[in-house]
Amino acid sequence: MSVRHALLALLSGGPKYGLQLRQEFEEQTGDVWPLNVGQVYTTLQRLERDELIESDDRGAQAGPQKAFHITDAGRDELDRWLHTPPDMTEPPRDALVIKVLTALGVPGVSVHDVIQVHRRYLIELMQQWTRLKEDEAEFDLAFALVVDAELFRLDSVVRWLDTADGRLKRAALEVPPAAPGPRLRRRLVARR
Amino acid sequence: MSYLELRHVAKSYGTGATGVRALEDVSLAVERSSLVAVMGPSGSGKSTLLAIAGSLEAPTSGEVVIDGAPLSSMSQRDKARLRRRTVGYVFQDFNLLAGLTARENVSLPLELDGVPARRAQHVAIALLEELGLAARAAHFPDELSGGERQRAAIARAVIGERSLLLADEPSGALDSVNGEAVMRMVLAACRRGVAAVVVTHDAKLASWADRVVFIQDGRIVDQTVPPPTAESLVADLPAPAPRR
Repeated sequence: MSVRHALLALLSGGPKYGLQLRQEFEEQTGDVWPLNVGQVYTTLQRLERDELIESDDRGAQAGPQKAFHITDAGRDELDRWLHTPPDMTEPPRDALVIKVLTALGVPGVSVHDVIQVHRRYLIELMQQWTRLKEDEAEFDLAFALVVDAELFRLDSVVRWLDTADGRLKRAALEVPPAAPGPRLRRRLVARR
Repeated sequence: MSYLELRHVAKSYGTGATGVRALEDVSLAVERSSLVAVMGPSGSGKSTLLAIAGSLEAPTSGEVVIDGAPLSSMSQRDKARLRRRTVGYVFQDFNLLAGLTARENVSLPLELDGVPARRAQHVAIALLEELGLAARAAHFPDELSGGERQRAAIARAVIGERSLLLADEPSGALDSVNGEAVMRMVLAACRRGVAAVVVTHDAKLASWADRVVFIQDGRIVDQTVPPPTAESLVADLPAPAPRR
């Protein structure tokens, strides 16, 4: 989460005070990411130092009476950030992937049981998130988007577990395949 | 008492070397007003489970009890009446009759059961209105979108005094938003007192259920435990780490 760019986005709509920015940030993110005041003012100071925002009173400490507005450089930075995908080329070191790979080598442990324990846990989490959706009347759009994002994230992990489960079951029935070719391995290593 | 009960149900197709055991020792109880999802990969036996629960197929051994009545003690005629009056089915491919309008598809189960056509159609219209489909009532299935067809199929499944709703991958090939709308309708039926079983391989759909049961190779291997309240989930969310 880039608080820095979220604040720039809020300032792109017009000058605002620090406390106002905090309140609008929390509203925009469906109140799921609380933000403390200190964090807001520290970020604002850095943005001012980098000349991405300006205040009416340049010398004074950031505080409740100081309004900030975005500069042209700030607008450029915001636009660049919005249209630049984050770096997702490096596969994350996912704890669950590592656990399943590790379980394969532990004698007496069923990798399918390991997968099922995690599958159930993830679905229970998804049930909790889905329950939040049930009461549409108390729902706001930002919150719905955040809940969807979390559900899709958890769902993708469940689907990986399902695929891993099926792949391992099929592999157990087949002749052991040859180890991955050096080219594929080199490619994976090169990415690290 | 549970509304639907499967007791030690097994189902085999064929015998000997070519025989397949689709279900083995499956026990499942579903209360009224509750939604149970059965989750498992293709070929795990979940559709067979649903067909047996709805008396579309007979188990090889074991018993199915609906509202206290064992299916094994019912005549074919009683079972046909049960399927007409008590059980609503929703299938992945909707199974709407192409030659009937949405309204006629929905009112059909009531008319088959002897309800006068005018009254049946009146009930169907009211139900379609509830599902936001009143304006499309006179359209034929091929004139409806996928989401509309599925809404009509659900209306048909819950019309009348049906108290057991069985759905097989009810969101079919629908997108996430329409899939969610389908689950909301199923859940709304449950909150009115219907007992529902949804089989799916989709975790997002299953997560609408009060309880999720996992089936693998014809056996129930696990189930979820009732979740804590939604409020505790939001309260427990960590604050974001400050970015520098």
